[in-house]
Amino acid sequence: MLETLPITKEEICKPENLVYSRTHLMTDAALSYCPGCGHGTIHRMIMEVIDEMNLQADTIGVAPVGCSVLAYEFLNIDMQQAAHGRAPAVATGIKRLMPNKFVFTYQGDGDLAAIGTAETIHACNRGENITIFYVNNGIYGMTGGQMAPTTLPQMKTATSPFGRNVETMGYPLKITELIAMLPGTYFVTRQSVHTAANVRKTKKAIQKAIEYQKLNKGLSFVEIVSNCNSGWKMTPVEANKWMEENMFPFYPLGDIKVPK
Amino acid sequence: MAKVKGEIIVDIERCKGCQVCISACKENVIGMSKNLNRKGYHFAQSTNEDCTGCINCALVCPDGAITVYRARLN
Ligand SMILES: Cc1ncc(C[n+]2csc(CCOP(=O)(O)OP(=O)(O)O)c2C)c(N)n1
Ligand code: SF4
Ligand code: SF4
Ligand code: SF4
Ligand SMILES: [Mg+2]
Repeated sequence: MLETLPITKEEICKPENLVYSRTHLMTDAALSYCPGCGHGTIHRMIMEVIDEMNLQADTIGVAPVGCSVLAYEFLNIDMQQAAHGRAPAVATGIKRLMPNKFVFTYQGDGDLAAIGTAETIHACNRGENITIFYVNNGIYGMTGGQMAPTTLPQMKTATSPFGRNVETMGYPLKITELIAMLPGTYFVTRQSVHTAANVRKTKKAIQKAIEYQKLNKGLSFVEIVSNCNSGWKMTPVEANKWMEENMFPFYPLGDIKVPK
Repeated sequence: MAKVKGEIIVDIERCKGCQVCISACKENVIGMSKNLNRKGYHFAQSTNEDCTGCINCALVCPDGAITVYRARLN
């Protein structure tokens, strides 16, 4: 039997009962992302942490080329947009000139692990005191779903219509594991935002990465395995399930390098 | 034990109808409206009074369209 509780919707929805609303560090602009795309959740988690750590005025973000090229429209902080793949080099310059700022890059897998591989590896190897947020959806989302270095074996994309054949197209690149081997990186982790529990874990990882930058510990690298339901040609809910079944076995979630 | 009762408010015009909030809600509170917003998406809405205010739906909403309230009942 349903119990009727003596409280109305209006009585619940009072300011003193508010437990969650979008942080004001996200602008009011409608996100340009497809319905269900993880980019929006990842943006919001980074902004929540920056808000909670009171760093809005002290943060400079560097946006990539990719679907998140317009991140500067959505993140209510100082932003610079970099040429494709060059965000870690731009962030290096910003951080060296303004060492007291919290400086991060936000990059997709095409941006970070294809055209920007050199900038990524060398910024990590130099131990630049920046934070990299790496959104790996295994595809070039923005340009129409072409194969990326991170595309899984047998995965169909616009440029691997019969599935990625590793004999002719090479193997998917676990750049995060490569980066973890470099002495310049301090904290390297892989997370996701497709469930509420995972969102909470990602937020904790972002908090740690920011703390370590404050302590001048070197480069922190936070990969977030995310969906590209348009590129994968699935509904958002199907894409999240596919990601669990196919992406996570190859890109296992969890910390890869933690401070001793 | 003090009971809690939650409620969600969906920003209809921000919602893109992706339905990931539905998968996140253990209480089966959320359903899709038959109506469309100005972008042409069916939007999410609360369909019953079972919300506990756990915020899971709001955490996974890519568009930050969900606001959550939670009241204690004594
Ligand atoms: C110099 C240069 N080369 C190629 C492109 C075309 N291009 C735009 S975005 C992109 C790949 C983006 O993929 P990714 O970084 O994975 O981001 P996603 O859209 O998947 O989030 C490419 C190849 C470009 N804009 N500039
Ligand atoms: S194309 Fe893919 S990565 Fe880009 S917004 Fe759409 S779902 Fe997200
Ligand atoms: S707050 Fe929790 S119980 Fe309420 S609708 Fe959202 S997920 Fe469901
Ligand atoms: S997760 Fe957000 S955008 Fe998607 S259907 Fe629910 S309220 Fe709408
Ligand atoms: Mg990508």
